[in-house]
Order: sequence, then C-alpha cells, then structure tokens
Amino acid sequence: MININEVIETNLMIEKENLDVRTITVGINLLDCASGNVGQVCSNIKSKIIRTAGKLAETAENISMEYGIPIVNKRISITPISLVGASACKSPQDYVQIAMALDEAAKAVGVNFLGGYSAVVSKGMTQSDRLLIESIPEALARTERICSSVNVGSTKTGINMDAVRLMGEIVKKTAEATRDRDSLGCAKLVVLCNAPDDNPFMAGAFHGVTEADAIINVGVSGPGVVKYALESVRGASFEVLCETIKKTAFKITRVGQLVAQEASRRLGIPFGIIDLSLAPTPAIGDSVADILHEIGVEKAGAPGTTAALAMLNDQVKKGGVMASSYVGGLSGAFIPVSEDQGMIEAAECGALTIEKLEAMTCVCSVGLDMIAIPGDTPASTISGIIADEAAIGMVNQKTTAVRIIPVIGKTVGDSVEFGGLLGHAPVMPVNRFGCEAFISREGRIPAPIHSFKN
Amino acid sequence: MNRSIITVVGKDTVGIIARVCTYLAEKNINILDISQTIVQGYFNMMMIVDTGNISEDFHRLTADLEELGANIGVQIKCQREEIFEKMHRI
Repeated sequence: MININEVIETNLMIEKENLDVRTITVGINLLDCASGNVGQVCSNIKSKIIRTAGKLAETAENISMEYGIPIVNKRISITPISLVGASACKSPQDYVQIAMALDEAAKAVGVNFLGGYSAVVSKGMTQSDRLLIESIPEALARTERICSSVNVGSTKTGINMDAVRLMGEIVKKTAEATRDRDSLGCAKLVVLCNAPDDNPFMAGAFHGVTEADAIINVGVSGPGVVKYALESVRGASFEVLCETIKKTAFKITRVGQLVAQEASRRLGIPFGIIDLSLAPTPAIGDSVADILHEIGVEKAGAPGTTAALAMLNDQVKKGGVMASSYVGGLSGAFIPVSEDQGMIEAAECGALTIEKLEAMTCVCSVGLDMIAIPGDTPASTISGIIADEAAIGMVNQKTTAVRIIPVIGKTVGDSVEFGGLLGHAPVMPVNRFGCEAFISREGRIPAPIHSFKN
Repeated sequence: MNRSIITVVGKDTVGIIARVCTYLAEKNINILDISQTIVQGYFNMMMIVDTGNISEDFHRLTADLEELGANIGVQIKCQREEIFEKMHRI
C-alpha cells in the first residue's frame, strides 16, 4: 500500500515544483470534411471538431480534480489544412475562411490552441500547399487560437529550398500583419524539418495522415521537478546525476500515462502517445535553464551547456520510455527563450546567443524556439536560419524547428511581451552578414547519404 | 472498492482527525488506514479511504473536504489512489 512519504512527495511535486500535465491534445482527422465548396468544408470541419472534442475541456477538468494534478492546456491538432482544403480553395482568401471557421470551432469547444493550419512540403509544393502558405499571414492575423506549421524537409527527402525561401518571406509578412501586437502571429508559426505526425505541443502540432480518425496525445512536463530533484545531488558524480534525472522522468511520465488512459477511456478516443518533453513556462522554477544551472553551468549558453543539455535530454528519454510503451511526439527538453525565465535572463546578460542556441538544438528535442529578433532582419536571413536548422535536423535524423519573431519596429536592446505562456523576450542580435545568393537558388538540397537505407 | 487518499496538511490543532472522521462517517466512507507525521513543523496526515459507496459524487466530496479544511485552518485534499500507485510502483 502507498505510504505517507510517497503521498507527500507526489503532492510536493504538484504544489511546489510545478508538476503538471502540460496538454491533452486530441488529434482529429479532417480528410472526410473535404468538399468542392469552401462554405461546405467550413461547416463540415466545425461539426466534426465539435462532435469529436466537445467534451474535451470538461473531461480534462474532471480528471484534474479527481487526481489533484493540474492539466494546463486542452488542445486540438488536425489534418494539415492544405490537404483538407485542396479541392475547395482557389485562392489564399479561401484558406483564410477555413482558418476563421477553425478559430470558431476552437472557441466553441474551449481549447486555447488548435494546430494544423499546416502544409507538409518536404520535397515539393502542390498548388494548394502554396495557397495555404501564402494565406498564413492573414490567417494568423485574423484568428486568435490557430497555430500554423510548415514542414520543409526531412532526412528521407532532403530540404525543399523553394519552401525555405518562401517561408522567410511568410515569417516577415506575418510579423507585419500582426505588428500592432508585437508581431505575435510569428509565435504561432513554426517551420519544421522531420515533423512528427503525433506531436501534442504547439505551435507544431498537426494530425498526420498516418494517424487514426481521432487520437489522444498527452504532453507531460515538469522542469521544476527535475531541478528540485537535482538540488539533492549537488556535487555528485554523473552516474548519480543521470540516475536522478531518469527516476524523476519516470515518475512524471507515469502521471502523464495515467491521465492519457483516463482521458482516452472517458472520451472514447484511442490513446496515441505520451510526449516526454520538459516544457518550461515563464513561471519561476519551471525552467530548463535552471536545470542546466543546477547541473553546473553558470548560465545557459556558457561552455558546457550543449553537453549538459545532451545528457539531460537523453536521461529524460531513458526514464520516460520505461514508464510508457507509447512514447512519441518530440520527447526531450524544449528550449524556448521567451517561455523560460532562466533562458530570458541568460539572453539578457549576453550568456546566450542565437549561435549557441543553434548548437544546443543539435542535441535537444526541437529547435530555435520563441526567439525575438530585430524587425528589419531581411527575409533571406530568416530563410538562412531556417535552412541551417533544417540541415541539422536532416543530417542528424531528428526534428528541428524554427519559431522566430522579427518584431516590427523593435531592435536589439528592446524587449517584447507576448503574454501568458508565451512569455517575454529580449530582442536578440542576428549575424549581419547576408546569404541572399544562397537562398535565391532554386530547387532542393538532396537527402544525405545515410538516408539510403532501403 | 475504490480507494482514495485524503491528505491533511497544516498547523496541528485539537480535533482535526475527529472532524474529518465525522464527515467521512456521514458520507458512508470507510477508513482503511491512517498515518501521520510531522514534516518541517507541519502536521501531515494521510488516510486511505474507500470511496466506492459514497452517497454523492466525488466532486462534491473534494469540495466539501476543502471547505472543512478551510474551517479548521488546514489544507485537505482528496485524490484517487491511482496517481500515487502509478508514480511510485512499477
């Protein structure tokens, strides 16, 4: 039987160390909502989302109350809209209409974000992919809860450089379209390489075409729990350090597994995966940078940071896979700048640069995330940053992503407030040398030699 | 049987256990185990109870216990046992 110390430990994790289930995300297939008429697509989408996820928010609240564990976000991921709208949409404006219908559906079911206003163009772009991508700035400016993502490359296909070039421009246009809100639209737009089909986390979540009609994916969190656990092993060897991280990751993941199974049972939707990522929030003590500090680097970004992060990421996965048989999504440690108080401080004091963050993305679960850059950064430079990240993902057979915000009207030294979970960030300097000639080349970068495994 | 864990945390005072037990008896909740300890000067009590035959829903129970805790000046939580089982048992 459970003893009192175990109960106290669990409740301390929840109350003092910010343990929570970060998101229950219901993935919904919308391929059966396709039609030749935009209005019909919109009404099909709305009714399917409301029918499938109408009870999501209420169910999550009940589970949260019964187990005493906070479930922070309730979200929806959908089939990439470039596919669903392909036969109906003849212009970017047609896609914007679908975005607005999705926003209404998200509000109706009470989810804070809906991801999947997306296109998967890792090798080439169809006409409908292009129209969707061109519609992104207006779609994100006119909606509140929609998240958009574009997958521009993979280890198997190489990098679609035409899409990379286009996305540099789209990021800039999205920043312009939402300039009255500190270019907030870009915080809901991510450019991926090797995007997983079952990611529950925003802004990159979408419901891949390899998935079932509806599925429940759960993202657990708990950087604070890992940090507090590591406080008790200061000065200990790497073996002890790794063991502590693994045990903590195991415990966190088991809670996620319980919540996922319960949500699946109550909603009558099959359980998909648990994503093991340590996802920070701007709350004090809920920071991946603080874990790195506890491991022994003075500030995130100092020499040793990449090695410490690599070890952390690996141990989180090792502890987590023991706790759940279905681990997926991204899994590891997220390193968003604006959403992590320790990262914000490291960036403000000059310890953390974009170049160091790029190195860190080689060993963590995602990429350059929630980084504010000067609003006058050229589109080709943004494309260059996207291409660099995609290359890291392609060659290392991992997911990478870019979610950067060129804040119109702001420059290095200014800071930006996005609010809520998106946090705030200092505008970070970008290398001032250009890559226009590289980005203006047409075509794609071929898949690397180690992709030929067949 | 449907086991839940009730925890009481706060400053020790006369009658905490009595008041919690009285409430549980009224609601037809059987107590299976009680243990208590002092952590950092705070009174910590844990009860394992059977909520399989409760006369009202679980939400009402947690809300009532929270209110009772507020009246006594302690924090009372009621959680289903599985969260602890899952976390601490392989």
